[in-house]
Amino acid sequence: MTRTEPMLRVMDLHAKVAGKEILRGIDLEVGAGEVHAIMGPNGSGKSTFAQVLAGRETFEVTKGEVLYQGKDLLALSPEERAVAGIFMAFQYPVEIPGVGNLYFLRTALNALRKRRGEEELDAMDFLALAKERMKLVAMDESFTGRSVNEGFSGGEKKRNEIFQMAVLDPKLAILDETDSGLDIDALRTVASGVNSLRSKDRAMIVITHYQRLLEYIVPDRVHVMGSGRIVRSGGRELALELEQKGYAQVEGRPTVSGRAGGEAAQ
Amino acid sequence: MTNFARSLGASFARLDDRPGRSGRIGLLRHAAFARFSELGLPTTKEEEWKYTNLAPLAQVQFEPAAKAKPPTLDQLDRLAGGPLGGGAVRMVFVDGRHRPELSSRVRSYGGTFIGSLAAGLAERPELVERELARHADYQRDALTALNTAFIEDGAFIHLPAGTALQSPIQLLFVSTTPGKPTLSQPRNLIVAGAHSQATVVETYAGLADEVYFTNAVTEVVLGENARLDHYKLQEEGARAFHVALTQVHHGRDSSFTSHSVALGAALARNEVRALFASEGCECTLNGLYMATGKQHLDNRTVIDHKSPRCTSRELYKGVLAGQSRGVFSGRVLVRQDAQKTDASQTNKNLLLSDDATVDTKPQLEIFADDVKCAHGAAVGQLDENALFYLRSRGISQEAARSLLTYAFASEMVNLVPLGPLRARVRDLVTSKLPAFEALKEAA
Repeated sequence: MTRTEPMLRVMDLHAKVAGKEILRGIDLEVGAGEVHAIMGPNGSGKSTFAQVLAGRETFEVTKGEVLYQGKDLLALSPEERAVAGIFMAFQYPVEIPGVGNLYFLRTALNALRKRRGEEELDAMDFLALAKERMKLVAMDESFTGRSVNEGFSGGEKKRNEIFQMAVLDPKLAILDETDSGLDIDALRTVASGVNSLRSKDRAMIVITHYQRLLEYIVPDRVHVMGSGRIVRSGGRELALELEQKGYAQVEGRPTVSGRAGGEAAQ
Repeated sequence: MTNFARSLGASFARLDDRPGRSGRIGLLRHAAFARFSELGLPTTKEEEWKYTNLAPLAQVQFEPAAKAKPPTLDQLDRLAGGPLGGGAVRMVFVDGRHRPELSSRVRSYGGTFIGSLAAGLAERPELVERELARHADYQRDALTALNTAFIEDGAFIHLPAGTALQSPIQLLFVSTTPGKPTLSQPRNLIVAGAHSQATVVETYAGLADEVYFTNAVTEVVLGENARLDHYKLQEEGARAFHVALTQVHHGRDSSFTSHSVALGAALARNEVRALFASEGCECTLNGLYMATGKQHLDNRTVIDHKSPRCTSRELYKGVLAGQSRGVFSGRVLVRQDAQKTDASQTNKNLLLSDDATVDTKPQLEIFADDVKCAHGAAVGQLDENALFYLRSRGISQEAARSLLTYAFASEMVNLVPLGPLRARVRDLVTSKLPAFEALKEAA
């Protein structure tokens, strides 16, 4: 990996599920220390893109390439991607009754550390780390005794995702609609947690439907997705433009095929 | 005539030659053997055995175990999972025979009796002769008849009225199988007097992966307001056959809780039958069966609501991997006079592979009109979303599967109230799960 190589390079990525093509040629470069926002209307492929990056096997990559730190990301299993430093905050965090929240996280952290040749943390050291990181998202300690996401409110689940991210300390974090279902107070808390994790070594891809989140997590770049590809890219002002004009105009609709705008934008 | 039947005839005759084989028990044994000869081993044509085929058993020529070299205390501790708390009493049976030299020395206190069936017959003949084989019906069931025909040894526990034992009584049945396929048929009798209370743990284990057959019957007689917590941990060897019946007779306002954990044997069938002979009783049947490879684990329960105002709760969970097969059949019978019955029955199964199967058959038969009854059965697979969630955090696929499987089974583990016993059950469960080393401290 040379100095000029971005952390993540996505080239002409196509993916389908159940025979239906969802991603139709995504190109994207994200460098270390950068925060990229991906916006777009429902059904534009944002979440699919996030899940393909995290290694979800439901989606079949049919064309294209993804290089992460110069290596073929698509050849790795989801757990290998986690070991390599990729983390996705789920849009819909999964409830797992019977598995303790902290136990799960320590198992995950130690799996990562072991695979990276680092020493595993014992229960005491882990607890100290967890308690410190919980403060980042103002998470109540009562969470620790509960099963993973079981009975959590929408906001608690999202905070739990950012808490996990803070403990697992990824290189590339993908936040899939972390703002959905949050009231303004919860949004602020989550955003401040995310901001505290910004660093020159870490890249983030923030996927959102609304501009609102980007008032709190200010991105370096904004991309707009439409029909499975990135149709426009720009600075943070693009998000404001979207807010004012709506997706239809920014994407260049109404055009006949919906592709003209995309090609023009690239 | 099958190999099995041939070997039994000879064994029965030998047993009969021993001294002290006359009297009521002798007559009983002869009647039971005659009944077994009539019935023969059950076949899949019988409704109660529809899903479990004993044909492989019929081909084996079993012999009663010769006196074997006893297991070491270390081996016993490994099989039993260490002591179950201070003051716990352990009785050890090797190949069906009580071994006092390996068992706790039991002081007789306040009239409580914890000893072998043979000792019980000598010391409390009236009680033993009155209750033995009165509850487990050998006319109905061939394997109960077979066990009854060979009554020789087992545990006898008698709690006089008002006795409450704080520490559990552990009955450890170990098969050693030196060379030839052996048959052992423990026969246990637990008589709990009015207002008495105890915990009994039956553990069945094998020392070697050889063919052997355990055919056990336990009769439980509960007096008024008596309370018994009963555990059965089935960790037989990989090639073993295991059939067991626990038959419970409820006196007025009595309470029985059963935890059946079935993990071992090539083919096993565990049956629990409870009869509410009087009003106001409670019965809770919990079960967990986990099969791998080509194991076949059959669970049958029958709760007979013969009397009014009784409550029964039943939860059985199965985890089937590989090409294994699980069976649950649960019958709840609410008779005409059993008004104010409250019964619920649930069976949930997790299939871990395409080749694993389960047959689940909950049965409610209600003849009373003022009752509350519910039942349900479910068969599912691991949640793909949850698997991906765990893997995306760095947990390997195998460990993620084990963790989710443990999460499914842990409900049954957590229902065990005694700490040391819960830890033992948890260890047994996790030992069945691949890649669980990294997950050892779950729960």
